[in-house]
Amino acid sequence: MATEKLVENQAEIIPNEKENGLWDGGKSPMGVRYGKLMMWYFLISDAFTFAGFLIAYGALRFSVPTWPVPDFVFQTFPFTKAHLPLIFVTLMTFILIVSSVTMVRAVQEGHRENQRGVAFWLLMTILGGSAFLGSQAFEWGTLIGKEHVSLNTNPFGTHEVSGTYLEDDHGHTYKANEEKETFKAGESYLIHKHDGEWLKRKYITDDGVEGQLEFGPKAFGALFFFITGFHGFHVFSGLVILLIILINVVGGLYVERKNGYEMVEKVGLYWHFVDLVWVFVFLVFYLL
Amino acid sequence: MAVGITYEQAKKKAWGGFFLLLIVTLAEVFIALLGNGHIIDGFTLSRLIMYPAMIILSLYKAYYIVKEFMHMGYELKGLVLSVVLPFLLLIWAVIAFLWEGAFWHDSREFIKEQNELAPADDETGFILRDKGELPEEIYFI
Repeated sequence: MATEKLVENQAEIIPNEKENGLWDGGKSPMGVRYGKLMMWYFLISDAFTFAGFLIAYGALRFSVPTWPVPDFVFQTFPFTKAHLPLIFVTLMTFILIVSSVTMVRAVQEGHRENQRGVAFWLLMTILGGSAFLGSQAFEWGTLIGKEHVSLNTNPFGTHEVSGTYLEDDHGHTYKANEEKETFKAGESYLIHKHDGEWLKRKYITDDGVEGQLEFGPKAFGALFFFITGFHGFHVFSGLVILLIILINVVGGLYVERKNGYEMVEKVGLYWHFVDLVWVFVFLVFYLL
Repeated sequence: MAVGITYEQAKKKAWGGFFLLLIVTLAEVFIALLGNGHIIDGFTLSRLIMYPAMIILSLYKAYYIVKEFMHMGYELKGLVLSVVLPFLLLIWAVIAFLWEGAFWHDSREFIKEQNELAPADDETGFILRDKGELPEEIYFI
C-alpha cells in the first residue's frame, strides 16, 4: 500500500507522463523481472564461454595444413553398417529442435495458467532432451570405442596429395594381381587398430614418394570432446532443472504465485539457449 | 507468443517455427552433402559458395530462435540492446583469432622448410627442430 501511494504522489509531482521516462524510477526499465533479467545476463556470459571454445577450434584448425573431413568422420548410424554421412547428427538436431518447440508450448500453457498443459509439455521436453543425450552417448561411444579417438590421439587424418596404397585394409602387401586402392588429395582416412596395434598403411604418392599414414591433427579429439561435452553438460543440467520445475508444477507451487509460471519461462530461456549453442556447434563441427 | 495474438495463433506460430528450423537445417545438410559430392556423383561445390551459405543459414536460425522462441523480439529496447550489443565484440575476436591461427600455420610451414634446407646438426637452425625431440604431451598439434 505504501509504495502505491508513493507512486501516486510522484505522478502528481510530474504531471507530464511523457517526461517520466523508463529510467526515471517507479517502473521496471527493462520491462522484465529481476530473475529473468539475470537469466539473460547469465546466458550472455555462457555464450561468451562457448564462443571462446569455438574460436579456439577455428584458430587451431587454421593452424594446420589439413583437418579431418566431417562427412567422413561422422558417418555412423545405430543398427546399420551403411555409411550415412551426417545423417545421425541431423537426427540429433531434429530432436533438439522438437524439444525446443515443446518448451515453447509449455510456456504458452503457463500463460493460460493451465497446470496440466505445462506439466505435459515439460515432460515432452525432458524426453526430447534425454533422447538427445542418448544420441550423443552413441556418438561418443563410436568415436572412443570403435575409432579410438582420444584426447591426444586422433586417428583421423587427411591426405595432402593423391596416391595409391601399397597395403590393404589389414596391413598385407597387395598381391600382383590385386587391384590397389587409390586416394585423392583432401580425402580423409581412419587409422584402424588391430590387436592393440595401430595399422598405418604404406602408400606411394603420384609423384613417386613412398610414405606411411600418419595421425591427424592432435587437437581434434580434445576439441571435439570438450566442446560437445560442455554442450552435453548444459543439456544435462537443463534436464535436472526441468525436472525440478516439473515437480513444482505438478505440486501446484506456481498456482499460488503472483507471477504465475514465470519460472517455466526462465528455464525455457536456458533450454532455448542450449538449442542456440547447438546451432553453432553443428555448424563448425559437422558442416564446415 | 507475441503480444496481442490469440492462443490458437500462438500455438500455430510455435509449430510454424519448428518447420522453419527443420527446413533450414535440412537445407544446410543438403548443401554439405551436395557440395562434398555425396548426392550427385562427381559433382562438388566450391567451399567459397558452401561455407558462406551454411554460415548465413545458421545465423538465420540463431536469429529466429532468439527472436521468437526466446521472445527477444517483444522485449523493451533497453533489454534487447544490453543483451545483443556485447556480441559485437565477437566479430573482431573471430577475425583476430583466425588470423592468428593462419599465422601459426605459416610459421610451422616456415620452420618445416628451413629444417629441410638446413642439416640437422646445424647450430643456426630453429628452436623447434623436430617434434620427436620433445615429450609427446607438450605439443598440441
